[in-house]
Amino acid sequence: MIEVDSLTKQFGSKTAVDKLSFSVKKGEVLGFLGPNGAGKSTTMRMITGFFPPTSGDAKVCGISVVDRPTAAKRKIGYLPESAPLYRDMTVIGFLRFCASIRGLSGAFKQNAVESAIETCFLESVAHQSIDTLSKGYRHRTCLAQALLHDPEVLILDEPTDGLDPNQKFEVRQLIKRLGKTKAILFSTHILEEVEAACTRALIVDRGAIVADGTPAELLALSGTGSLTDLFRNLTTRDTAVKEPEEEEPEEEPEEEPKEPSAAKKS
Amino acid sequence: MSALTIYKREVSSYFAQPTAYAIIVIFLLIVMSLTFTFGGFIPAGDASLASQFFAWHPWVFMFLAPAVGMKLWTDEQRNGTLELLGTFPLSTRSAIIGKFLAAATVWFAALLLTFPIVITVNYLGDPDNGTIISGYLGSFLVCCTFLAITMLVSACTRDQVVCLIVSVAVCFVMVVGGFDPVTTVLSRSVSEGLAEAATAAFVWDHFSTLTRGLFRLQDLIWFGSIIVVCLLGTSAILSAKRS
Repeated sequence: MIEVDSLTKQFGSKTAVDKLSFSVKKGEVLGFLGPNGAGKSTTMRMITGFFPPTSGDAKVCGISVVDRPTAAKRKIGYLPESAPLYRDMTVIGFLRFCASIRGLSGAFKQNAVESAIETCFLESVAHQSIDTLSKGYRHRTCLAQALLHDPEVLILDEPTDGLDPNQKFEVRQLIKRLGKTKAILFSTHILEEVEAACTRALIVDRGAIVADGTPAELLALSGTGSLTDLFRNLTTRDTAVKEPEEEEPEEEPEEEPKEPSAAKKS
Repeated sequence: MSALTIYKREVSSYFAQPTAYAIIVIFLLIVMSLTFTFGGFIPAGDASLASQFFAWHPWVFMFLAPAVGMKLWTDEQRNGTLELLGTFPLSTRSAIIGKFLAAATVWFAALLLTFPIVITVNYLGDPDNGTIISGYLGSFLVCCTFLAITMLVSACTRDQVVCLIVSVAVCFVMVVGGFDPVTTVLSRSVSEGLAEAATAAFVWDHFSTLTRGLFRLQDLIWFGSIIVVCLLGTSAILSAKRS
């Protein structure tokens, strides 16, 4: 369903994604792992047609994103990393707008919006302005937008970011459930999520794949039975030069840059 | 079709928030007070509306049209919704057209609401209503031109204030550059040719012929081409930003 073929993206002289190739079949949930800046979001933005690739191609249901972007985009449901929304709209207004853009109308649109609201547990806030929602609700509203047209391919950039443990659990269950009938590519920093929801996982570092396999295979590859160890061994640490021993980059990536500067000041 | 969806969303966004109302009310207050004070609407005894009413429009539009247009792409870039739009199955072109028409609709409504002045001149005198309609067309075209310029600027930045200031500056040049006193000075102190070039290049001459009820193809082409060039430029900038 998703075929990525030597996809490359350069920003000026910097290569963000370097000849990446992989595929996701129907019924597969592919976890996309890697440190911050490894090129995960850039890859997803290329597959969804937001960034044109420097070279290479991605095919969604056999349709090339480079040659026929609009047709390919119809097949994809996409949750961007920051879960962007039109803040001045209500949840239901926003979903209706997205459904119209997706070409749904009349009863189809009504049903699509209702079922997306139900799937993402948004009933209680459906008529509320997005401006007034908490982060978890906003995130789920954006996720609902990705599910509206019942796409064959789902691309989710950190779908559990900013959610509380209950919501994380629900979203993982949802991904698992949807994964039975769709091809799903989702990125995450949370390594347990790989075991909880993925049928296969890729670890990327500096734009290239460094590991590929089922969660069980990756665990075996680590030697110690811990994905965290594997992740730390395979990927480049952006803090490695200063402090080779002490860092915990996996759980809270936003905290990273703050810590060294705080340490310097004190 | 998708341009229509974008258009509807943008129009409801303008009217769901105070933006459109504030701008329309301020426009009406300023234009009407200028017409009845400095424009000398009553003492002039002239029912054509050209010099007392329409002549103020470009001066007001150069500030207020950018205020309507400044959010068009700055907001999308700042909130990241540009990424949503970019991954929806719609072309950048239809998004641009939808947004542009929505902003133009706000101004269409504002101009419609100046109708009491038309009723007044028809009550007091016997005006040529064809000239008045042509004046309204000129006024609307100036407005659309300024909106298109603002849209182009808004594609370049994610900061609304920067967009507003730059757009107002460009529109100011467009108005002042072709204004009679300025072109007179130019022709006296520099050269006749430069003055003619300024008259042809900037808003004033194209606008004032329309307010006098003269339809010249060259004016319509001038307005149309500036609008089209700005919209194409917006599309080019938005695409270039992604690659």
